[in-house]
Amino acid sequence: MAAHKWFELAGPVAGAPGVSGLEVEPEQWSAAALDIAAAGGRLVALWAEAAVGGGAMLRAAYAAEPGLLILSLGLADHRAEYPALHEIYPAAGRMQRAVADLSGPVARGMDRRPWLRHAAWPTGFLPLASGAQPEAPMAAVVDDYQFVRVTGDGVHEIAVGPVHAGIIEPGHFRFSVVGEKLLRLEERLGYVHKGIERRFADMPLTSAHALAARVSGDSAVAFSWAYCQAVEGMARTALPPRAAWLRALALELERLANHLGDLGALGNDAGFAFGLSQFSRLKESLLRLTEAALGQRYLMDFVVPGGVAVDPAPATLQKLAEFATALPADVSRLRQVYDEHAGLRDRFSEAGRVTAELALRLGLTGLAGRASGQAFDLRCDLPCHPYDALQPVKIGAREGDVAARVAVRFDEAAESCRLVARIVARLPDGDCRAALPDVPDGALGVGFIEGWRGPVFMAVSAGPGGSIRRCHPQDPSWQNWPVLEHAVVDNIVPDFPLINKSFNLSYSGHDL
Amino acid sequence: MFKTLRQIAATGLVTEPAPDADRGLRLRDALQARILGIMGRALCIRAVDAGSCNGCELEIHALNNPIYNLEGQGIRFVASPRHADLLLVTGPVSRSMEAALLATFEATPEPRLVVAIGDCGCTGGVFGEGYASCGRVSNVIPVDVAVPGCPPSPLSIMSGILSAIAPGADDGLQPRTNPAAVDRP
Repeated sequence: MAAHKWFELAGPVAGAPGVSGLEVEPEQWSAAALDIAAAGGRLVALWAEAAVGGGAMLRAAYAAEPGLLILSLGLADHRAEYPALHEIYPAAGRMQRAVADLSGPVARGMDRRPWLRHAAWPTGFLPLASGAQPEAPMAAVVDDYQFVRVTGDGVHEIAVGPVHAGIIEPGHFRFSVVGEKLLRLEERLGYVHKGIERRFADMPLTSAHALAARVSGDSAVAFSWAYCQAVEGMARTALPPRAAWLRALALELERLANHLGDLGALGNDAGFAFGLSQFSRLKESLLRLTEAALGQRYLMDFVVPGGVAVDPAPATLQKLAEFATALPADVSRLRQVYDEHAGLRDRFSEAGRVTAELALRLGLTGLAGRASGQAFDLRCDLPCHPYDALQPVKIGAREGDVAARVAVRFDEAAESCRLVARIVARLPDGDCRAALPDVPDGALGVGFIEGWRGPVFMAVSAGPGGSIRRCHPQDPSWQNWPVLEHAVVDNIVPDFPLINKSFNLSYSGHDL
Repeated sequence: MFKTLRQIAATGLVTEPAPDADRGLRLRDALQARILGIMGRALCIRAVDAGSCNGCELEIHALNNPIYNLEGQGIRFVASPRHADLLLVTGPVSRSMEAALLATFEATPEPRLVVAIGDCGCTGGVFGEGYASCGRVSNVIPVDVAVPGCPPSPLSIMSGILSAIAPGADDGLQPRTNPAAVDRP
């Protein structure tokens, strides 16, 4: 069956535009996965929840030509087996392990090593399926994770983390090297797993946006917007136009701040401290203007259910627009310096290359995907308002190396500047927040927003009395972390920090 | 090369001539004088993310931008706890980072100071305590000063570091005492 047939069978799901859902049988679960893959579709998310009538409901979200499709597979009990997806979508491998760790269901033939569960809680406890939390906290122990060993003449291992040398999030990297050459990288994540998904279920629907914004602090607007999009969809609330435009302003400011920070850090990681000074100066100016207009340097509490928390004063918006209009000239001057710097060119080009073919096969997504010929951007492909009116230009490159990921950031920063000025110029008048009607028990809503790193997915199931039955965030880092393991092969060890930074993936957004 | 030099010259010195910079400037200078007075050398900081959402890290990064220019004042972020005088810890402490945080604390030579950064480091924040979260930093290691905020501004982080070095300083920046700090050996 062709992929579009599955979309035709499906019914609409509330929230983001173009989302539909379908309940399937085990054989259809696998057949649909194959059909969608054959049509160039991508796996966005995989999660399980307790089914209302007992047992478990396994869900997978796929992005393909007509939109986003949620497939649901009913399972008789929490430890049931289901048909695996990792041979069709390599990114499913770790998602399946996380589902087994947190909810219980096991994919046939999956890697049985735990992924998010270290030694922090007992094996019998399923954080998203068991009732009470374990009473006595486990002792602080380090478990013995079975890394894949590389053997041969002169092969040795370098173990890095979880506490890293720089000011970055914790995770463990195990390198197998010969001399300086990297033969293999194996990542171990999960160190910052702090129980976000279980925490969601303790919070009311109307206030969990605060937790959503803190799934990954650098993508606060993207996650809180995705959460609110899901909730507003379930409540059938029409977002006031001014609120929608202000959210887009916030999302572009978040993108811009992260790109400016990364462009500086990438110069620095290649030994060019000038870049860090210049870009961090520009970023600081942007953060101060953001705070003056929208109330916070990092917009942790700006997006709220029904709208936005702050209606900015016109004068502060004008200052933001002036800055955004002047910034591209500053940035393009710095880009010229980067382009003409022989040392940077040497470090950036060819480093950490992911070819378009490999990117397609592994499902590389978001910014890194666009640098490897995967031309997907929700703001263009599946736009929610006001992106349908703004019509952003889709940025891309094909080379797939550090230089390409730098170039995409430069181009996207310039495009975000253009959008910021445009939003301020065309900002509609009116309310900034609408009342939120009650959400019916059992409703499912989906949020899908293009954050700076890539598409941010959020599925919310409502419980009785405005509670949350289940909320599952999926950061694009789930798709991209495994690709980093491929990107570094045959590079030299000292290039790893640079390659890693060029992806700049989230630990917190992944570990939950 | 010419473009690089021209850009540097055109940028000039940007270290805090910006609006509402008074407090920042005063803080940073006071911090440097205090460090030199007490320690007679640079202050070395090891940042540890023990489970944060990465928001606090972004503001800790900002301390090194040319506006706040903390490193220019002899306050350095170092790569190993063995080189550090002070640990800057963001959290909630996840249970999977508990052992690593304890090991980092043990590896830091005494006398060592600990500054917990952010609402989560202070109280557990929005994540609280649970099967995977130990909550506040002082639930795991003794904390000298806790800096609230989500994330705290670079200026708040600076004043937190100052309070840790000079408890009870008469500059209107009161240190927050934490019960856990009393139990320190």
